[in-house]
Amino acid sequence: MATVVIPTPLRKFTNQTAKLQVSANTIGEVIDSLTRDFPDLKKHLLDDQGKVRSFVNIFAGDEDIRDLQEEKTVVGEATIVSIVPAIAGGVHFK
Amino acid sequence: MISFKAKPRMQMLEHAQHIFPDECCGFLFGIEDGNGNREIQEILEVNNSRAGDKRRRFEISPRDYLHAEKYAFEHDQPLLGIYHSHPGHPAIPSEHDRLAAQPYFSYVIVSVMQGKTDHIRSWRLGEDFRFEEEDLTSIHFHQSIE
Repeated sequence: MATVVIPTPLRKFTNQTAKLQVSANTIGEVIDSLTRDFPDLKKHLLDDQGKVRSFVNIFAGDEDIRDLQEEKTVVGEATIVSIVPAIAGGVHFK
Repeated sequence: MISFKAKPRMQMLEHAQHIFPDECCGFLFGIEDGNGNREIQEILEVNNSRAGDKRRRFEISPRDYLHAEKYAFEHDQPLLGIYHSHPGHPAIPSEHDRLAAQPYFSYVIVSVMQGKTDHIRSWRLGEDFRFEEEDLTSIHFHQSIE
């Protein structure tokens, strides 16, 4: 079981719920559970290969899962999993 | 439709002009009615955390993003979007803007020409992952911000 914090732009896919309790042992299981319960989340979380999109960061506590064991990162009862959209852009014409 | 209260609009424009020729960025907070019309009541400036050339790119760190979500919750001011500037270019989203865009958020772009704010436009990501422009009151303004 872990607590998942849904960011504002994705709450329209979770019935406006900001925090969810998810029964899971790893980040991968968290993602599976979320996309099963809220199918419209999938295209915003995962790319065509089923990997976490490059413009989405997932934190277990204060750590980016890319600095841990990615989807195999273990979560526990007290783990706060935060989905953090990567905010970026710019002119980039040249 | 999206509109700005005078103070946050001026803060955003001053930020864009002050940071020129780099790109500025920040968060937009406000209210939304049942029809999706938004009024921006506060902004929160953040550092452009892009490593290297900040004149054509911007990034907001995950830490700053989490702070903005916390600010929205604590101040009961929904986080409605992001603003950034396009120095020397029109306020039209680039492909890089589109690839990184999130649903729901308003993406307000401030065009800064020769150091002066020129015009602003606002965009939202559609269901097909393409930007759609949203009506913005006071689209063009050429008053200088001294």
